[in-house]
Amino acid sequence: MKAHDLARLLDEPACVHNHQTKSGCARPTPGATAGGCTFDGAQITLLPIADVAHIVHGPSGCAGSSWDNRGARSSGPALYRIGMTTDLTEQDIIMGRSEKRLFHAIRQAVDSYAPAAVFVYNTCVPALTGDDLTAVCKAAATRWGTPVVPVDAAGFYGNKNLGNRIAGDTLLNSVVGTREPDPPPVDPRRPSLRVHDINLIGEYNIAGELWHVLPLFDELGLRVLCALSGDARYREVQTMHRAEVSMVVCSRALLNVAAGLQERYGAPWFEGSFYGVTDMAAALRGFTRLLHDPDLTARTEALIAREEAACDAALAPWRERLQGKRALLYTGGVKSWSVVSALQDLGIRVVATGTKKSTEADKARIRALMGDGAPMIEDGNPRQLLDLVQHYQADILIAGGRNMYTALKARLPFLDVNQEREHGYAGYRGIVTLARQLARALANPVWDAVRNPPPWRVRETDHG
Amino acid sequence: MAEIRKRTKPLAVNPLKTSQPMGASLALLGVNGALPILHGAQGCTAFAKVFFVRHFREPIPLQSTAMDQVSSIMGADDNIVAALKSVCEKAKPAALGLFTTSLAEVEGADIHRVIKRFRSRCPEHQGVRLVAVNTPDFDGCLETGYAAAVRAMVDGWVPAAQPGRPGRSSRQVNVLAGSLLTPGDLEALKELIISFGLYPVVIPDLADSLDGHLAAADFSPITTGGAPVAAFAALGDAAATLVIGASLSAAADLLRERTGVPDYRFDHLLGLEATDALIMTLGGIAGAPVPPRLERQRAQLQDAMLDTHFLLGQSRCAIAGDPDLLNAFSHLLGETGVEIVAAVAPSRAPVLERVPVAEVQIGDLEDLENLARQHDAEFIISNSHAAETAQRLNLPLLRAGFPLHDRIGAYQRTWIGYQGARQALFDLANLLLSHDQHEIAPYHAFYSAKSDFLREAPHHELAAASADCGQRH
Repeated sequence: MKAHDLARLLDEPACVHNHQTKSGCARPTPGATAGGCTFDGAQITLLPIADVAHIVHGPSGCAGSSWDNRGARSSGPALYRIGMTTDLTEQDIIMGRSEKRLFHAIRQAVDSYAPAAVFVYNTCVPALTGDDLTAVCKAAATRWGTPVVPVDAAGFYGNKNLGNRIAGDTLLNSVVGTREPDPPPVDPRRPSLRVHDINLIGEYNIAGELWHVLPLFDELGLRVLCALSGDARYREVQTMHRAEVSMVVCSRALLNVAAGLQERYGAPWFEGSFYGVTDMAAALRGFTRLLHDPDLTARTEALIAREEAACDAALAPWRERLQGKRALLYTGGVKSWSVVSALQDLGIRVVATGTKKSTEADKARIRALMGDGAPMIEDGNPRQLLDLVQHYQADILIAGGRNMYTALKARLPFLDVNQEREHGYAGYRGIVTLARQLARALANPVWDAVRNPPPWRVRETDHG
Repeated sequence: MAEIRKRTKPLAVNPLKTSQPMGASLALLGVNGALPILHGAQGCTAFAKVFFVRHFREPIPLQSTAMDQVSSIMGADDNIVAALKSVCEKAKPAALGLFTTSLAEVEGADIHRVIKRFRSRCPEHQGVRLVAVNTPDFDGCLETGYAAAVRAMVDGWVPAAQPGRPGRSSRQVNVLAGSLLTPGDLEALKELIISFGLYPVVIPDLADSLDGHLAAADFSPITTGGAPVAAFAALGDAAATLVIGASLSAAADLLRERTGVPDYRFDHLLGLEATDALIMTLGGIAGAPVPPRLERQRAQLQDAMLDTHFLLGQSRCAIAGDPDLLNAFSHLLGETGVEIVAAVAPSRAPVLERVPVAEVQIGDLEDLENLARQHDAEFIISNSHAAETAQRLNLPLLRAGFPLHDRIGAYQRTWIGYQGARQALFDLANLLLSHDQHEIAPYHAFYSAKSDFLREAPHHELAAASADCGQRH
């Protein structure tokens, strides 16, 4: 990727914090780096597109240790779960045979799996040796008659966030707008209902949680043209330009997609979250605010009232158990506030929250939720996190999977809120799941068992 | 014996291969107070870390030189020095490993020269032991990276023999442990050695670092167990060295040359024959009779072989794994008459020629899937990535190798010795039992007076579908 393209991607006009110091875009420090690379970010963003063959062009390390490890679910095709890589050998690299291998690899993928499209991910080695990914993909698309999309997001370009952006940019430039949506099917029970087309950007359907939310959209007559990229199909991504409104779900990294859709096709967008009762309602109202359809607004309000009443009843027993518990939240970006709100809905006190990948706008929302003095954790290495847990007397650490064993080894209850998790927390049903999982994590006899020393040690101390 | 078939496809589908730098990291994780560093982009480390965390369900110390766009092109030597310095200051490790990725190799890193530079620039960190190994992921697999790191540790940390030294600790037995051994295997091996009155020194010792124990300290940036660095200096005192895994032969050659300690080499320790050979060797080293307990265990294995042979004899297995593991399981299966109808390894190794099968395909899990289908395999042995392969084939899967991320405690599984083999046979037989496809379909005679078969038929199907057949639910 050319330097000026990278610079453009790193400069995000839609980010209100753009003129201020950015906290999340620093260069990685040798010997003190924890995050994933640009390739990782691009793959995370695009891999859930279920009917695409995802080919990682590089030596075995890139795909070999990263395939088959995420929680995005598909309601149909499982092609995205098939790991594919050119697995470059030393000979390929030295003899300059990697482009040729890629060309034939694309054919093999098309022949054996008949994908809707092929995505080819660049990685460090071919980026360094100078493979012309665009040319190979173009030739392959012509030759094998299937769309082939190059994703030029090699690992060394930078961090994961940049990879998310490159992925979004790639879709905007190469996929979105290449097909018109079919007319929406008519619901026989409501033949005169006015259906609105929307996009959900940055919703990955982790553990299937999108399916908690979709029934509500169906009920309201909102057709999700594409959830980017949870349970998405290539043909859905192609039609994103026709949405009337886009919602950016929990991912600042894909703001460029929303902003691009607005700039090119005029669709307004808003940011929101499906986590928690409050934010769920705010998200639904976000659509009505931008769609200017009084009938829809009225139906949405009725739906919110109904769901909140049901949800309140379902949550009552959990709230009793969770009331006053203290949580330390350490997760990136938008989740730093969206999960705060969900936890507060449950009566949990969030004693501090991580802001490593958060923007100034995210931080403003945290202050709005937690007060001006809200403790924010800028860089939480495991040692620091544990010290903060101690300092704030937290009962539980809520973070991404990479910190699971930080908590467990310190004999501390833990809840995973990132992409590897097993449970869906979105929507009104998701918040009940969240409450249940929190209660499960907190109230378990193992905590006493693992904190107590062996009995013979106790006796030793008794005897001095 | 086996014919090795080269990779012929341009695209690897459902990769079987785990990369060399990860194998090297794994070896260093078996050293106490250690921290592996991958020389590459930050993602190389992030992926490797997640991979091992999911396999072992433990925090994994692993760092990165964090090569970025500028250093990948202008030279990343400074990144190495900065990473080593930062890690030494913050984590206070006893040992560090620097392992290259393809990116670093293509960039042209000369890691050994940079290590010298680090040594001269940072004399305050002189006490930290270092190994630097070229382990690009465009070559080899986990097993070769692991073996290269073990060899480098022997080369860097084992002093040359002095006269009269070998055998000075007459009860000490060194174990060069290959990557096919799990922490559970190593624990069992240590106990076997101890049962002969001998004292084992295991290099590297994953049973002491990644055995899944709850340590007193709440956090450590370095390994909290494993072979102490000091153990390397004492290897030369041992009466003998056991080498487990053909992949370690270069490391074993070097250790023998360096120390003069005689070694005994085993391709693997799976099954009756291999365990017999180990027990005979240990008896010889110790000059002691075989403990009665082991004889009892051997008799138990023999009995298990009888109990399982109906099911396992001439059953058809498809297996994929790194060469040593593939070879080990092939021998274990061979002892009970299992036919290996498909064998796939991620990369070449001399030991593959000794695998008792007609041919070994160098390839991926798609190759395994195709071969298994073609040759009517009845069960699969491979890592967790093969779960979906097995599901598509509707065959049971016995999980072994790397990664094992969809089973709790799989890393702790003991395969070796009489007891390990016995349990493996039981498990294999049970897999086949619970996945029995040979039930005769009921026949409803046209003239029959039974009026209830319609209700019974679906019930029967339900029972078969809900049986635990080792697949994902």
